[in-house]
Amino acid sequence: MSRADAGAQRGFEEQWGLHGVTVRYGDTVAIRDIDLRAVPGEVHAVVGGDGAGKTTALRCLAGAVNPSEGEARSPGRRSIGFMPTAAGVWGDLSVDENIAFVGSAQSVTGKDFTQRRGELLEATGLTGATKRLAKQLSGGMRQKLAFSLAMLHRPDLLILDEPSTGVDPVSRIDLWRMISIATAEGAAVVMATTYLDEAQRASRVLALDSGETLIEGAPDEVLTRVPGHVTTVDTPTDRVTAWRRGRVWKQWSPDDPPAGQPRVEDLEDAMVAAGMAKEAAHV
Amino acid sequence: MKAMILKEFRELRRDKRTMAMLIALPILLLVIFGYAANFTVDEIPTAVVGDNAEQVEGQLPDLFAVEDDISSDEDAQDLLRDNVVDVAVDTSTQPATVYIDGSSLFAAQSAQAGLAQAPDDLVDVEVLYNPDLTTAWVMVPALIGLILTFIGTIITSIGLVKERQNGTIEQLAVMPLKASEVIMGKIVPYFILACFDMIIVTVLGVWLFDVPFVGSVWLLALGGAIFLFVVLGLGVLISTASQTQAQAIQMAMMMLLPQILLSGFIFPLEAMPAGISWIGYILPLTYWVEISQGIMLRGAGFDSLSWAFGVLVLMAVVIFTAAVVRFRRDLAPSAHGKKASK
Repeated sequence: MSRADAGAQRGFEEQWGLHGVTVRYGDTVAIRDIDLRAVPGEVHAVVGGDGAGKTTALRCLAGAVNPSEGEARSPGRRSIGFMPTAAGVWGDLSVDENIAFVGSAQSVTGKDFTQRRGELLEATGLTGATKRLAKQLSGGMRQKLAFSLAMLHRPDLLILDEPSTGVDPVSRIDLWRMISIATAEGAAVVMATTYLDEAQRASRVLALDSGETLIEGAPDEVLTRVPGHVTTVDTPTDRVTAWRRGRVWKQWSPDDPPAGQPRVEDLEDAMVAAGMAKEAAHV
Repeated sequence: MKAMILKEFRELRRDKRTMAMLIALPILLLVIFGYAANFTVDEIPTAVVGDNAEQVEGQLPDLFAVEDDISSDEDAQDLLRDNVVDVAVDTSTQPATVYIDGSSLFAAQSAQAGLAQAPDDLVDVEVLYNPDLTTAWVMVPALIGLILTFIGTIITSIGLVKERQNGTIEQLAVMPLKASEVIMGKIVPYFILACFDMIIVTVLGVWLFDVPFVGSVWLLALGGAIFLFVVLGLGVLISTASQTQAQAIQMAMMMLLPQILLSGFIFPLEAMPAGISWIGYILPLTYWVEISQGIMLRGAGFDSLSWAFGVLVLMAVVIFTAAVVRFRRDLAPSAHGKKASK
């Protein structure tokens, strides 16, 4: 039975993820009542602006932060691969030394280590840079090294905190190829991203705003569950509910769309519309 | 320019460590140098032993503060070796012999000056352990401690903070490593390097400055190991309270400075007013100075240094435990599948 099949057989109670999790730092609530499911073979994208609570949610899932309320369920340290926001590579170690250290810490040794090291170096294109210090690598190469470190021990749950932020488009494609390989091998991937085009490729999306769930579901579902609808207009009727996107104006209305028309065109519109709906509900 | 000045003041106001240095450091230095920077010892702990103890005691100048609770049967040289007093007068000889502890440099200098006015035939004066009152002999054993403090606090804290600054501490936190493994893995290299430094400085000190090594090497090594645990603990503690390497260096310097000035390393503790000298007695370097000078110069054994060892062990346990607890909290290892109580 593959890891994906094994995961699919688990009941909700046994699933990895966050179940009604709230995390407080002193008086500040970082995330409130968050649900997030990590399903083997699938990518779950966590999106949101700066300070939305993405990193806290991921750190909580990784076991680096305790929930103040709710439950964080993950498979155990040996089965988690974590790539923190700041890449998490040791700058004064070479690429090879970074891999060797993590291999040793994760008990990946002998032939298995040699084979895995070779696979990852080839997939990341770092074969020719094994002697270079991590701090001398370009941003994209460093991110790919960090990804390799997180993937080295073939984790069941791969947690990636903004793996593609600051990475050039070609390296982003490489990273996504590696994520696809991980899911194909049966890993559950949870990744935070600020790029909505990346989130659109995920199996499920959790959009956060100020630590609260804005909207959650499969990307297609999210598009149909947005409150109200968004239209493209030449001149907005209400500047408060309108925003510029490229050369056109977008206008959100709390009303359902006319029959046969979609609520929103894409995830970006959906996010903005959901944010406006939340604000409108608070006014 | 006005905007720049205003910006700088705003940043400074929020940088509490720098503000503390700006305000506390001048006051600290003023108080320390005003009260503690005194090489003249006004009162020298003295023992008078032998058959004619009572008669001689009355003839000593006020500079010599005679300890009343010491039996006249005690051996004068043992009292100096065990650091019970800085001057011991043996009245069983004719004339009486005054033994001065040369390892207490400033007290010895004051004692010599005090006895210089006495007629030659009244007493014989003998300076033990550092007959020429060579400053290097007293400084080198203490310097070993200072170097260990430097490595233990500054270098260790920088090494740990670097992990946080680079974001790799998060990586370590979720790896299948126990918190104790991470902590020991970070500390052991510094412990080993500091041990090497200790050996090099001791050997060089003995070789270059002819500092005598009278006592047990193993006892000094034991003292060094305990002292290292204290200063490494301080380094870890500093790292848990610092976000950047600059902050760690700033805090370590603030811990290092009082140790240099108030441990008896430069200024004699006996010459400081009680209001200042108590600070010296809560600093680990004070006890290292006691141990290293005792072992190297006087050949003191564990019995006479047991209290200094005891204090260092207590400090090591308290500081190291606090450091480990705080570092573990930083690593935040949570049980997987953990439920928070609602």
